[in-house]
Amino acid sequence: MSMAAVPPRRDLRRFGDAALLLVAATLAWQALYAFVGDVAITPPLATVENAAALLRSPLFWTHVSTTALAFAVSLAIGAVAGVAAGLALGFHRFSGQVAEPILTALYTLPKVTLYPIVLLVFGLGISAKIAFGVMHGVIPVILITLNAVRNIDPVHLKTARVLNLTPGETALTVLAPAVTPEIFTGLRIGFGLTLLGVIIGEMFASQRGLGFMIINGINMHDVPTMMAVILLIMIFAVVASTALLAVDRRLHRRNS
Amino acid sequence: MRKVTLVQVLIVAGGIALLELLTREGITDRLTMIPPSQMAAHLWDMARVGALAEPLAHTLGNVAIAFVLSVAVGAAIGFAVHAAPRLRRLADPLLASYYAVPFFVFYPLLIAIFGLNRWPLVMIGFVFGAAAMVIATLNGLDRVPRVLRKVARVHGLGPVAEALRVTLPAAAPHLFTGLKLALAYCFIGVIAGEFILSGEGLGHAIAYAYDSFDNPTMYALMLLVVVLAIGVNASLHLWEQRLIARRRQS
Repeated sequence: MSMAAVPPRRDLRRFGDAALLLVAATLAWQALYAFVGDVAITPPLATVENAAALLRSPLFWTHVSTTALAFAVSLAIGAVAGVAAGLALGFHRFSGQVAEPILTALYTLPKVTLYPIVLLVFGLGISAKIAFGVMHGVIPVILITLNAVRNIDPVHLKTARVLNLTPGETALTVLAPAVTPEIFTGLRIGFGLTLLGVIIGEMFASQRGLGFMIINGINMHDVPTMMAVILLIMIFAVVASTALLAVDRRLHRRNS
Repeated sequence: MRKVTLVQVLIVAGGIALLELLTREGITDRLTMIPPSQMAAHLWDMARVGALAEPLAHTLGNVAIAFVLSVAVGAAIGFAVHAAPRLRRLADPLLASYYAVPFFVFYPLLIAIFGLNRWPLVMIGFVFGAAAMVIATLNGLDRVPRVLRKVARVHGLGPVAEALRVTLPAAAPHLFTGLKLALAYCFIGVIAGEFILSGEGLGHAIAYAYDSFDNPTMYALMLLVVVLAIGVNASLHLWEQRLIARRRQS
């Protein structure tokens, strides 16, 4: 369970494997650059240097803060609304049955094509980006929460009744621990999709943010900036996902 | 079950009726939203003059190629990664962060590699769809009961026979989920790529109509995309239900 239980040699090997993968990816990237040249990508070393230069530029950080604000608000709305809706639909079995296929169908829509409607409804600006981020992230959170509630072992609820727990106690000591790991999985998946939604939202009709920097780089043939921004977003996504995945695994292990 | 379907139909019909009422009575701005009946009528007109055939064929062709590629390659990668636990530990965090990366920003790179034709868009669809298939394959293989593998060994099955006669059928429900997701993601990837970057297909037609303030065409095409996505989704869902029912019988 604890990290100390893992023999250090296995940890070491895991780092070795990760380093190998990184080296392989860098070599593949360099080979790709040799094949296509300067028109579409920059080589690994130059990209890292450009990314480091970006990190030192104050203008870059104003773009980051724009994106971070929109992302944080969308994630908060998506998480609260998604978990609330998922719990409600999970406990009310009939509504859940009605809503699940409709939500699944909405999830498979190519939401980008609906972005013009979002722009028309919310206007240009941060609210359209937030709405678009929520549109991407909220449905998986609802669906996973719904299924978590639905899959609560009936024995747990019966035990709560036998022990004469009040509804409050039942919620706190039986229901919450039973659904928390799955809900966390839902939020973890919602995290990545919300980030994607916000960044795509910034790619149109926006003058600030990381998405704008990318699309501006594409339109102006400013390949170095585009590549550096993408590299930084990827690093952020991988690091955040790895951390969330570690928490996720720990929560699931505790329950089983 | 029938009551559920009834309520679903009522909800969807009610939503459409509400939208129709709001737009007809001028409660919402005509520039923002047009009545659904007008969307459908315009779509019908476009179909009649043959304005739909070309973008539709283009988009569906791309989706079909991307789907076949992502299922084949995704399942192969899934099997390979499952067989190598060291690779698996590296792959999990990458797969978990996969969908946070806006892959269509690599469209210029794909054009540099494949040239100005349909393949860059197919590749975007493929890149979106394949990961879903990999994840579903890994999930499915994880859930094959160990007993079944032992039975295969007891009967002296070779690796190929074991994969075909034991592993695949046992993992089938998850693989089917993979198919559904891969199709949805190919659809999303291709249309989003067309919308943002390309000069052809349904996605581009929507973007073009939006840029030229042609709201009737834009909404008609959006309606088409929504109906297509829901139609494909519903037919796969029905097929899956039938497979599950057959499984229970046998």
